[in-house]
Amino acid sequence: MGSMKEIFNSLFLKELLKGMSVTGKYFFARKITVQYPEEKTPQSFRFRGLHALRRYPNGEERCIACKLCEAICPALAITIEAEPRDDGSRRTTRYDIDLTKCIFCGFCEEACPVDAVVETRIFEYHGEKRGDLYYTKQMLLANGDRYEDQIAKDRQLDASYR
Amino acid sequence: MDALMNFGTGIFGGAWPAVWTLIKIVLIVAPMMLGVAYLTYFERKVIGYMQVRIGPNRVGPWGLIQPIADGLKLLMKEIIVPSGANKGIFIIAPMLAIAPALAAWAVVPFTDSLVLANIDASLLYIMAITSMGVYGIILSGWASNSKYAFLGAMRSAAQMVSYEISMGFSLICVLMVSNSLNLVEIVNVQDQGRFAGLGLSFLSWNWLPLFPMFLVYLISGVAETNRAPFDVAEGESEIVAGFHVEYSGMAFAVFFLAEYANMILVSALTAIMFLGGWLSPVGFLPDGILWLFAKMSAILFLFLWFRATFPRYRYDQLMRLGWKVFVPICLIWLVVVGVWMMSPLNIWK
Repeated sequence: MGSMKEIFNSLFLKELLKGMSVTGKYFFARKITVQYPEEKTPQSFRFRGLHALRRYPNGEERCIACKLCEAICPALAITIEAEPRDDGSRRTTRYDIDLTKCIFCGFCEEACPVDAVVETRIFEYHGEKRGDLYYTKQMLLANGDRYEDQIAKDRQLDASYR
Repeated sequence: MDALMNFGTGIFGGAWPAVWTLIKIVLIVAPMMLGVAYLTYFERKVIGYMQVRIGPNRVGPWGLIQPIADGLKLLMKEIIVPSGANKGIFIIAPMLAIAPALAAWAVVPFTDSLVLANIDASLLYIMAITSMGVYGIILSGWASNSKYAFLGAMRSAAQMVSYEISMGFSLICVLMVSNSLNLVEIVNVQDQGRFAGLGLSFLSWNWLPLFPMFLVYLISGVAETNRAPFDVAEGESEIVAGFHVEYSGMAFAVFFLAEYANMILVSALTAIMFLGGWLSPVGFLPDGILWLFAKMSAILFLFLWFRATFPRYRYDQLMRLGWKVFVPICLIWLVVVGVWMMSPLNIWK
């Protein structure tokens, strides 16, 4: 008897009509597409985008060239060279991040003991030729200077969860 | 119209009938190509809507220029001929695919007077010509000299043969009840009967008394045009793109055009055989070509709806459906219709 019922159901396309009713309903459903350049989805304050090097409020750069970020970077995207500065403090002479290698895991930010290297919310950037996405220390510091307000605010929002 | 004929004869003399036929061919093919272009746009929109997206909307208002942009892109692209391919057949295959799809329109009636060639064996002509379409697919798969293309072509050949049979049987039922092979006659016969007399002619159309055949024809039509869920010849998840995997640029576009032209053709034929062609569904509205277009659009929407809903048939399931389900149903209904016509309950006198 069960098999008779099955034959009947398949002959009258029962399952197929059920499937079509589902897609038919979704045809009239409200569309959830986000029209990207005009509309954007909300971002978390933990968003991991373009990197930046931060400074203290007195203008001194935070990075002390401990090279923890370089050590932890799983993609080997960070290159650091360091020398003692004239006043005896340890500073980087070179701090490069190759964004074509970077996987945006955020480990560098986690590893940093002085919150110097951070990832910002910026994700709309591009390079037009090879090497454009190789960010040097100057470029990273410039990023930090430019977005410091946003970076500081995001770190503060995040602090209560740590 | 007479003035036009006299004017034409005046200019072209004896060649005028040929020129006039050519003009009519252009008048059918040009809107058809436009229809094909916008069917691709419509398909992307409908499937997008069913997937809770909004589909193309960037090129022109509501994305209306999108198919033209796509066409231009394909025109600009290079046609790559694989080094192991048989070049002559490789180039001819897309033409073989599209030629029958266009040639079949010669006998498709738009109204009882608007038909390029009103021949008595038009149903036979349609069946013969549409069967030719598979040669384009088989030869493209063979000439490409590629495993995937070859597999796609073999699958397509077996599938076409299987579904041609059930399609043919369902058309035999139609020609039995309408007692004619002429498509114009087939439509006109659907305007007679008890319900048509009451002004409800949509109940007199062939779809109701031949309902199983209507379903068989529609589903076989989907299979015959290699559309989802019967698109095993393309089967992108298994054999990349099947028979047209080696084609690029305009050669690929021609296959694409052929597929969509075939879809429009099958929808037109379904409308003519089973849904009363240009006849209006109720007595108080006039008949006209717009009814045919409305019915075709509804069937084309069904095609797109199927594609948005069903996963692809496995190859053995496809063969089972064709041979173990459709052919027996067709044979049974053929006998039922025959007995019905011989009994006193015959409604097709």
